[in-house]
Amino acid sequence: MSRQRRRKLIEVPSTPHMGQPGAGPLLDVDGVRTSFDTARGRVKAVDGVTFRLERGKTLGIVGESGSGKSVLSRTIMGLLPSTATREGTVRFEGRDISDLSAEGYRDLYGTEMSMVFQDPMTSLNPVLRIGRQITESLRYHLDMDKREANETALALLDAVKIPEPAKRIRSYPHELSGGMRQRVVIAVALACGPKLLFADEPTTALDVTVQAQILDLLAEQQRERFMAMILITHDLGVVAGRADEIAVMYAGRIVEKAPTNVLFSDTRMPYTEALMKAIPKVSQPSHTRLDAIGGRPPDLINPPAGCAFSPRCPYAQERCRAEPPPLSESTRVAGHYFACFYPLGHDRPADTSPVTPEPTSGGAR
Amino acid sequence: MAGSGTAHLRPAGSALLRVEGLVVEFSAARRRTVHAVSNISFDILEGETLGLVGESGCGKSTTGKAVIQVPRPTAGSVSLDGVELTSLRGSRLRQIRPQLQMIFQDPISSLNPRRKVADIVAEPLRIWRTADADQEAAKVEEVLVAVGVDPDAARDRRPHEFSGGQCQRISIARAVITDPRLIICDEPVSALDVSVQAQILNLLQDMKTRYGLTLVFIAHDLAVVKNVSDRVAVMYLGKICEVGPPDTLFAEPAHPYTEALISAIPHPDPTVPIDSGIRLTGELPSPLDPPSGCRFRTRCPRAQARCSTEEPTARGVGDDHFVACHFPLLEPEE
Repeated sequence: MSRQRRRKLIEVPSTPHMGQPGAGPLLDVDGVRTSFDTARGRVKAVDGVTFRLERGKTLGIVGESGSGKSVLSRTIMGLLPSTATREGTVRFEGRDISDLSAEGYRDLYGTEMSMVFQDPMTSLNPVLRIGRQITESLRYHLDMDKREANETALALLDAVKIPEPAKRIRSYPHELSGGMRQRVVIAVALACGPKLLFADEPTTALDVTVQAQILDLLAEQQRERFMAMILITHDLGVVAGRADEIAVMYAGRIVEKAPTNVLFSDTRMPYTEALMKAIPKVSQPSHTRLDAIGGRPPDLINPPAGCAFSPRCPYAQERCRAEPPPLSESTRVAGHYFACFYPLGHDRPADTSPVTPEPTSGGAR
Repeated sequence: MAGSGTAHLRPAGSALLRVEGLVVEFSAARRRTVHAVSNISFDILEGETLGLVGESGCGKSTTGKAVIQVPRPTAGSVSLDGVELTSLRGSRLRQIRPQLQMIFQDPISSLNPRRKVADIVAEPLRIWRTADADQEAAKVEEVLVAVGVDPDAARDRRPHEFSGGQCQRISIARAVITDPRLIICDEPVSALDVSVQAQILNLLQDMKTRYGLTLVFIAHDLAVVKNVSDRVAVMYLGKICEVGPPDTLFAEPAHPYTEALISAIPHPDPTVPIDSGIRLTGELPSPLDPPSGCRFRTRCPRAQARCSTEEPTARGVGDDHFVACHFPLLEPEE
């Protein structure tokens, strides 16, 4: 039953450009822009983002608040409020989903893509038992009967390592701890076997020990189900060991994107470097002075001309303030993209070495 | 600490703040009691930063609040520079308050949205009437400059016109304006972005040097605590497990709980393998009915029969390094 319904979703001849399932990237995001009209003017929350995600891979999207990472994931999932204006195309398995209706998206949620949000309390319905919240999508999408859905829900709770699933299936969300609730949210998201999971700051509200458990769980489930994942976070530490590829966002744009090891070992974009230096690390001795990034993130209503990071960048030159650098591929490493006229690293032209010295400590003041 | 004991206290009289046998309990429904903080002791020397770390629900914030007597602890002693705060009442306690200040987690909600920045920062001085109008204006200007906020641009604006990082700077300005001796910082950077977090951590360090402050720094982020602290106390379910200098404690944890906490830290470096060998399992037990003996025993990989019957007390395991565990990871000194 379930197979038929899922195959139907893929094979429905509603769009002419549909690709072969199994061929090409799972997700193809091309030139996506999302803006909101506010009283002060238009906020360009996402300003031209392009990337592809292959099946079974993990993309980490890293950025500070206001960098557009959450709006980007909501744009892809069709979860924007009506005040938003969007441009660009999003293809899922070759099918253009950028202009789907709410009903069209509803067929995708659960079976094709699903989402785990930051706050496990507000993403669960407080007045429904957790079993019901898992079986709901099983019954809607996969046409399961009550017994079948219940058995699947029990297996899912077991898979996300909830102790005594038979007892917990009758609990309400408030009876569970934050970590347990997030496990339930993950069970709900995995219920219909999505091909793509969005995890938007899935561990930010949790303690370190629980964070580690939840990230382990996500990685394990992803391996077992051969599911692609977009892991959105402000914490480079969370994605460092978990993502195949990392995209760093700043002011609505991807400013650097590379396979994880390359991003850390061969950082090219000054913002990525600054972000890494600003994090206190347990490997450093205590009282190590942190390299703070001076200034503050740009106003997205009146973004600076040129590179959005140029006002805070220690290496910025005239050209950076005049024209925005395009995201271009490195000549050294294939698949390493960065948006900078004067990138870090060896092939920096001799005549463009920074005028200002290395970012010094306490640049904030 | 996950037992008790006072072996880690420095000689009486040498510390600015000395807390002994602190107990904070709250009554819950059906005549039950929440054992939030149960018999902990610590001290802080003048100019020192004590980091309090632990997961949510371990009692670290309750400890910070009990120090400033809001709410008053159920039992135990809190003495600031030899003055016993728990026995002070009314105006005597209020006179001590300027020496004790607090900085909170959410910088925006800890500032009154309807008041101007200059009034918010000057409020402590007005309460104490320690300055006339000119002195007050000069002092407000001084502290705002010190925290990196332009006084002329900020004075007449209200908190919503500032970013989270700027609001936290204003909170710090308000805290230092009374020339306090001790500031309790309760998760001061956990609501901030990484780039702003680094600015605020550096600022706190500068303010500490400039105003000769002593800090209690409460946080759940171990890397942040390691960075700012001179001494770290690890808490679990209302008890202190381990106390020591940050570099030693992180390099050689003696308590199994500290080891588990450290192994859970995500490293911003893909070459560091993810260490899932020492993951804690299970849930934090309820503080309504904490386990007998060592409170960590229900989740401890090294627990034995003795742990459920006898509460461990603090023992030295190295230079200024103390642990409350029957079977610590380091050999105890006799």
